[in-house]
Amino acid sequence: MAKSIDVKDLDIYYGDFLAVQGVNVHIKARSVTAFIGPSGCGKSTVLRSLNRMHEVIPGARVEGKVVVDGQSLYGAGVDPVAVRRQIGMVFQRPNPFPTMSIYENVLAGNRLNARKMKKSEADTIVEKSLRGANLWNEVKDRLSKPGMGLSGGQQQRLCIARAIAVEPEVLLMDEPCSALDPISTSAVEDLIHELKSDYTIVIVTHNMQQAARVSDDTGFFNLKAVGEPGHLVEFNPTTKVFSNPEEPATEAYISGRFG
Amino acid sequence: MSTMVDPGPEAPETAPQQAKPPTRLGDVLFSKISLVSGLIVILFLAGVGTFLLIQGLPALGASGETAYGEPSIWKFVGMLLYGTIYASVIAIVIVTPLAIGLALVISHYAPRSLAKPVGYLVDLLAAVPSVVFGLWGLEVLAPQLLPAYKWLSEHASWIPLFDGSVNSRSLLTASIVLALMALPIVTALLREIFAQTPRAHEEAALALGATRWEMIRLAVFPYARSGMVAAILLGLGRALGETMAVAMVLSATGTGYLTLSMISAENPNTIAAFIANNYANASGAKINSMIFAGLALFLLTFVVNFAGRWIATRGQNKG
Repeated sequence: MAKSIDVKDLDIYYGDFLAVQGVNVHIKARSVTAFIGPSGCGKSTVLRSLNRMHEVIPGARVEGKVVVDGQSLYGAGVDPVAVRRQIGMVFQRPNPFPTMSIYENVLAGNRLNARKMKKSEADTIVEKSLRGANLWNEVKDRLSKPGMGLSGGQQQRLCIARAIAVEPEVLLMDEPCSALDPISTSAVEDLIHELKSDYTIVIVTHNMQQAARVSDDTGFFNLKAVGEPGHLVEFNPTTKVFSNPEEPATEAYISGRFG
Repeated sequence: MSTMVDPGPEAPETAPQQAKPPTRLGDVLFSKISLVSGLIVILFLAGVGTFLLIQGLPALGASGETAYGEPSIWKFVGMLLYGTIYASVIAIVIVTPLAIGLALVISHYAPRSLAKPVGYLVDLLAAVPSVVFGLWGLEVLAPQLLPAYKWLSEHASWIPLFDGSVNSRSLLTASIVLALMALPIVTALLREIFAQTPRAHEEAALALGATRWEMIRLAVFPYARSGMVAAILLGLGRALGETMAVAMVLSATGTGYLTLSMISAENPNTIAAFIANNYANASGAKINSMIFAGLALFLLTFVVNFAGRWIATRGQNKG
């Protein structure tokens, strides 16, 4: 199920504006890869280009290659909708569908794929996904209640359950804990550790301790200069990045001597 | 908490010491002007209501000649109310899918360079005087529809809707014109509601692999549901009171016929069109009957608009 991702010479444009330039990364299957860097350096843009979510913004386009397990995401005739069904995403702010129950929220993606589902089949998927997201014990008695009634951390885990319910190949997380308190953050981080055995996870975070705690590999993004596009400064195993980085710019950033 | 100051005994002590905040002339002037404007609106509304009540209530005993041939004033008003509501409901049935589609094109489908001019054009439609709509309906639309009506009456006359002898200036023609006139306001409201859908909900749907239409069903419609009902009710309010276009297009005499047929020469009449067509020749008690009908229309549109606003605000609280 989990697959590796190869990014080759990726340039991302918004209209004429070159946002990110020359990204080369190999993301290993069944591992957690963290992207860190200052705001506006394009790490979220790169993350979104991995399931073509950046195309939501009019005028966005890429040059270069993104290959998931041998298949190019940007090849001719590749449907972005099909790409997103295989590569799930969790966002900065928890975004359960407000009119749906917890149960229906988990199944939202499955309902898109399969027209008909047996009740028993649906129940199985809901329980499995909620257990997978460490949420089952907290919500099993109120599955028919609205998803918006949960706490922020629970909502975020509900969104993770919704994303893994369709059994994607890759899970992208765009600052999944930045709107959560430390307790909920810790719950989500534990979850990331567990999900690693089944999924390839790419996470963008502003929290460097978080990157150090959860990830196997870390990529540091930065702007080349003010007004220049963002680029990948360094990509190495997390232990190396945080103890003995190759680039002086990385060391300056992680030790707080930035700029 | 213990650190909180108990406001009870302290308040009277500190109150006299507080200096009055400085008042600014501009603020006072503006608040007074706003207040007066608000009061004038209420006064006008109350004035219209009182006028309709005082002038309309004497018609309660009207019958026969003074009720335009109907046995009682209730039958008279009932017939016209039926026509008014029937014509407006057909118009809303036509306008709802059209406006939802158009609003979605403007808010979600068309590229921005196209959406703006289309939105403008729809808004411009609202600026066309209703007498022009009436002329157009009479001279252009009605003859175009006649062949379709003939076909319907030949092949589908077993449905009560398409029964009777065909006439191009039928209720359906009037309703289509009404639908076009309600289109701008309904579209404009829907467009605003659709555009307010939180980006987070839309992205949640797209990230699950929803197509654009699935995203609209999953994120936009649930969010906009109450607003859509409100927009349609406000459009209905607009259609109910429309006068000139219906008076010109609809071929109906007197209080009209109590019929379901939408394409025949024997049509129900609407309150507004009836008043417009008959007021000039009316005198005495007939005027009271007519004002009574006006009172009925006033209450009806009031209720429909009120319901629309109520649903709209209720939806906002929920979201």
